[in-house]
Amino acid sequence: MITHAHGDHARAGSASYLCATPCAGLLRRRFGADARIEAIDYGQAVTLGGVRLSFHPAGHVLGSAQIRIESSLGVTVVAGDYKRAADSTCAPFEVVPCDTFITESTFGLPIYRWDETAAIIDDIGGWWRSNADAGRTSVMFCYTIGKAQRLLAELMRVTDRPIYVHGMMLGMIDAYRDAGVAMLPVAPVIERAGATRRGKSSAPSFAGELVLAPLSARGTPWMRRLGDVSDAFASGLMRVRGVRRQRGFDRGFVLSDHADWPALLRTIDETGASRVLATHGHAEPLARYLSERGLDSGVIRTAWEGEPTGD
Amino acid sequence: MRRFAALYDAIDSTTSTNAKVAAMAAYFSEAPPADAAWAVFFLTGRRLKRLVPYAAINDWTLAATGLDQWLLAECYSVVGDGAETVALVLDQVVVETREDVPLADWVEQRILPLRGMDPAAQQARVSPWWGQLDRSQRFMLLKILTGELRVGVSQTLVVRALAQAAQRPPTTVAARLMGDWAPTGEWFTSLLSPEHTDEDRSRPYPFFLASPLEDPIESLGARDDWFVEFKWDGIRAQLVRRAGGVHLWSRGEELITHRFPEIAAAATRLPDGTVLDGEVLAFRDDRPLPFSALQQRIGRQKQVAQMVRAVPVVFMTYDILEDEGHDIRQRPLEDRRRLIEARVPATGVLRTSQIVTAPTWEDLAALRTQSRTLGVEGLMLKRRSSAYGVGRKRGDWWKWKIDPYTIDAVLIYAQPGSGKRASLLTDYTFGVWDNGELVPIAKAYSGLSNEEIADLDRWIRRHTVERFGPVRHVEPVHVFELGFEGIAASTRHRSGIAVRFPRMLRWRTDKKAEEADTLDHVRKILEGAR
Repeated sequence: MITHAHGDHARAGSASYLCATPCAGLLRRRFGADARIEAIDYGQAVTLGGVRLSFHPAGHVLGSAQIRIESSLGVTVVAGDYKRAADSTCAPFEVVPCDTFITESTFGLPIYRWDETAAIIDDIGGWWRSNADAGRTSVMFCYTIGKAQRLLAELMRVTDRPIYVHGMMLGMIDAYRDAGVAMLPVAPVIERAGATRRGKSSAPSFAGELVLAPLSARGTPWMRRLGDVSDAFASGLMRVRGVRRQRGFDRGFVLSDHADWPALLRTIDETGASRVLATHGHAEPLARYLSERGLDSGVIRTAWEGEPTGD
Repeated sequence: MRRFAALYDAIDSTTSTNAKVAAMAAYFSEAPPADAAWAVFFLTGRRLKRLVPYAAINDWTLAATGLDQWLLAECYSVVGDGAETVALVLDQVVVETREDVPLADWVEQRILPLRGMDPAAQQARVSPWWGQLDRSQRFMLLKILTGELRVGVSQTLVVRALAQAAQRPPTTVAARLMGDWAPTGEWFTSLLSPEHTDEDRSRPYPFFLASPLEDPIESLGARDDWFVEFKWDGIRAQLVRRAGGVHLWSRGEELITHRFPEIAAAATRLPDGTVLDGEVLAFRDDRPLPFSALQQRIGRQKQVAQMVRAVPVVFMTYDILEDEGHDIRQRPLEDRRRLIEARVPATGVLRTSQIVTAPTWEDLAALRTQSRTLGVEGLMLKRRSSAYGVGRKRGDWWKWKIDPYTIDAVLIYAQPGSGKRASLLTDYTFGVWDNGELVPIAKAYSGLSNEEIADLDRWIRRHTVERFGPVRHVEPVHVFELGFEGIAASTRHRSGIAVRFPRMLRWRTDKKAEEADTLDHVRKILEGAR
């Protein structure tokens, strides 16, 4: 059972996969035609191994789901990754009442609090304009599933120009379009490296353009054709100045697909759960915070310690 | 303060030095002189003495947010910066931005008057400010209050920006920035003034720095084009003899005259209008003492007379920058050396750093290997025709240091770094074997690539045996070759040994933990160094 299509939550090699309907297209692109992928609509229940299972929107990325598991022992909800902020690229988070709530805690510390999305998008627009004025290319690094599409959708507020994207992103952008998500038009960064290298005046210039690229493209020869760039990273991680500086990005935009601290607390409260287990990121402090407030809580260890992915 | 916070953000949000200089130059041209004066003060790394103890800010933050101490500590271990942690968690407090108060007014009318107030009165003054400032300004305020404001620009860049704003040569601005000044609007106006201002007579020149020699020595060309001296291990300083007075300035632009009265006394024999560049060294029986001896003199404000007897020092002259009141930095080093020999005795408290006479590069290389025996850090190579420049300009002055001491040690503890290494485990403690146990021998933070840091971070998180707050005790698996510059006996370290400037030279993936060095081996290095 798959909560969403990010690499740390959906891995190749299983005999079969069950996910929410909008997630299936993304999984198919990741795992290929041969993988056995079954999907059910949000809210539709199936019985499996004596428990009743259903998927409910998590608001994280397209097709992301909380998994509700009902048995004689009660109701457990595995939230996967989720957020409460509005996002036009996926169904909004739905509060699912439960006894046990397994929450993410990627940003489970009170230093994490997100600004309004509109304000962040305005900042990105301002950065793009000032780079354009200086004849530079704006390169925004972001995750290929979710963040890139959310940016393409949100940026419709400030522009109708096409956005250039790294070739690796095209497939998932298509998958989102197939699912009916409205986004700015995109064009792949065309490979004309030879001409650029020879410095001919006819070399394609990306000055003034905004380019979206996966982090893996950073520092590769692919970047050379973009000319003089200002680079940025869109992630909740960018909330901490030291993290941004350590990575050496010119700018960090705190645009996250995860719940911030107030959203985590609010959600835990709204589920009415009497037991809460935290996983990913800052699980220990969140669990301790909840315990000290009288909630039965604990930590689920994960193989994905260290840096959060997918944000 | 909005403009200053915006300048900080602009500097902080680019890695391009040109963009940083442009942002500062624009600020200096636009800001009121009184604000700009304080901006120069902070940008050049000067600080107000801590006005509010960090513990108090911590307590006020807990009171304002209702958080627990341990949770704030967890936040700190991710952020790696106290002021930023507080600025971020205070985002929970509603902000009602008020009219902008200029930086100078903030510092002079609001912040400085906090000095000497009791904590309750301070809290009553400071707490309402949180709600009046946006996140950037709140961060600036916290940094100023805690005396920790550091901006990612070097003095050289500030000088370049000021020079751009003033349309004056950088050397003029640099000289005006040396020594003592008070950040007032009047001072800032005179800093940018095109007229020759009445410069403070105590003022030293900007130091000229050598670069590490990385290429083979033969790449420098003809041996005869170069003067070679020993690289002494002390405190680089300038001795300013003007208008009947003597001032000794450290490279950190700290006035250290009173710490070294014997140097000040010897300098009175220099003719008026002389400025020397050299090194303050602990020195006895014609030999330098280890740097740790000199440290006893630096730390001591009182009982100087007693220390003068216990640890004698000399001023080892490298260069002469001003002679008979004239700035002679542009004259070739050859000429300046001749002047040094005329003005400064070869031996005594005020002495000359002798030219090393080894005739060939091979002879020099051989001599360099004896550096430790001679009590020096290696050799300095200076082009005979070189001027005395500003800052670190490559090409004319090189330092050819000896290779560091090395040991292989095992990683035993790790904790998050601070600043730009926040949330990565980058502060490591290493141990060597002693009776089947690993005894901490050194802490090191530098020497690994970003990829290695990330790999090790992931490994540490999965192989933590125990946690003590932010410190993780890890499985003893990884061996690192550590380099260090000096070694001394220490009663403050469990190993009984303190090493100087330890850093990681190599990740010894080829070695098992059992193959790392022993404490006995390190003790032998210590004996050898004595």
